[in-house]
Amino acid sequence: MFCILAFIILGSAVMCVTTKKIMRAATFLLFVLFGVAGLYFLLDYTYLAAAQISIYAGGITMMYIFAIQLVGKRTLQGMVERLRGCRIIGGMIVSVIGLATVVLVFLKNSFITSSALTDGEEVPMDVIGNALLGSDKYQYVLPFEFISVFLLACIIGGIIVARKEKETK
Amino acid sequence: MFDFNIVTTWIDMFLRQTLGLGDFLSILIECILVGVGILVGYAMLAIVLIFMERKVCAYFQCRLGPMRVGPWGVFQVFADVLKMLIKEIFFVDKADKLLYLVAPFLVIVASVGTFSFLPWNNGAVVLDFNVGIFLLTAVSSIGVVGIFMAGWGSNNKYGVVSAMRGAVQLISYEMSLGLCLITAVILTGTMQVSGIVEAQTGPWNWLIFRGHIPAVIAFVVFLVAGNAEANRGPFDLAEAESELTAGYHTEYSGMGFGFYYLAEYLNLFVISGIATTVFLGGWAPVNIGIDAFDSVMNYIPGIVWFLGKAFAVVWLLMWVRWTFPRLRIDQILTLEWKYLMPLCLLNLVLMTIIVAFGWHF
Repeated sequence: MFCILAFIILGSAVMCVTTKKIMRAATFLLFVLFGVAGLYFLLDYTYLAAAQISIYAGGITMMYIFAIQLVGKRTLQGMVERLRGCRIIGGMIVSVIGLATVVLVFLKNSFITSSALTDGEEVPMDVIGNALLGSDKYQYVLPFEFISVFLLACIIGGIIVARKEKETK
Repeated sequence: MFDFNIVTTWIDMFLRQTLGLGDFLSILIECILVGVGILVGYAMLAIVLIFMERKVCAYFQCRLGPMRVGPWGVFQVFADVLKMLIKEIFFVDKADKLLYLVAPFLVIVASVGTFSFLPWNNGAVVLDFNVGIFLLTAVSSIGVVGIFMAGWGSNNKYGVVSAMRGAVQLISYEMSLGLCLITAVILTGTMQVSGIVEAQTGPWNWLIFRGHIPAVIAFVVFLVAGNAEANRGPFDLAEAESELTAGYHTEYSGMGFGFYYLAEYLNLFVISGIATTVFLGGWAPVNIGIDAFDSVMNYIPGIVWFLGKAFAVVWLLMWVRWTFPRLRIDQILTLEWKYLMPLCLLNLVLMTIIVAFGWHF
């Protein structure tokens, strides 16, 4: 099951960066996100998987698509990215650095041994809710509220940018 | 009440012990059985719904509807399906073929996905996660992408305009839908679909009675938003045929169009099914607290109750569709963002207060 999902994720990711049409890239990105949600299901993180589908697949991809629409069809059709040598090398270096970081973190923290200790059970909803909105130790109400204030600021900023002032006579 | 778990455990036992199959094989066979069951149910319901829509529409407009094929026109839909199956699928010039082909599948996946969350009977819930309701709204949001891709992929101006309208409308109304469902979840205290229905069994225990004022408001808002979410009724701007030919699926023929058609009708049923599950007690029978009456009602199987309630809601939505004139796109968005969503948020607060002080039944 993991191999199928990994194949889907990697294949779509490669297609996403190599395709020439930007709408197709958005579609392949959608499949990558579905694959990641599948991984969460495999780990029994149903809440995280549902959040992944609803926020990333349903929300973020739609936002990308709307952003693409705002660019205009004429510029989109003429836009063809070419693969150039220096870019490929740059990309390789960045990905190697990323791989090194992941491997280092993976070896430093003993994720596998610690996760083997806890048996793979579904976490009940009320535990997640209490952890998100509780104010005790290891509970996350402060970041939660901070993010919501931040998002509110983003929305107000968006309205100010988009709003047209009525011309005063 | 009859517990459908008996049947599923019997099949499981039959595969494992009588036939002596291993874990993998028996789970595979069970998955295939469930999948086939869902798809057959999906197709049968689609046929029933399409026929019902034609007849209801006809009677609202003082017509007879389809009468020629078979007695009272019952075979009309089968003929239509046959026609759709043997039609050729062709591509538009310069269209993005990949997106054009993928789009109907995304829409049908979202539709079948939400369909399989419905509780049919006691113990007969196909997908029963502990985040049930949340996952359901998540799965339904995939359909928006499919609609947008269809409009974009078919290289048609009308298609793009219609897809734009459809996407905007669906994204907006998803908000109210989610908030209404959360209002119900506050009262039941669980997100699991089977748990929600379980909480509503017993006399006068349907959420719409238990949660009185906020539950009724949530139910009405849910029906309005659901009607918009299924792209129907006074909100079918995405396929306003007078201005946009047929909307985002203008360029589709054969089963490509068939998938959109199926998904549209099944979304109607799914919306009614969720409304039934969450507010009207799902498969829970009508109990009024008098033992003799209740025990008679309990003999009627749960699936009959579920389908009966769901089709009553479907009929209500069809009634709305064929009675009200179509709204303009700005009116639709104003309705959602200026009226329904603030109402939902207030309603959420009201429900929280009622649950916190224990003022519900």
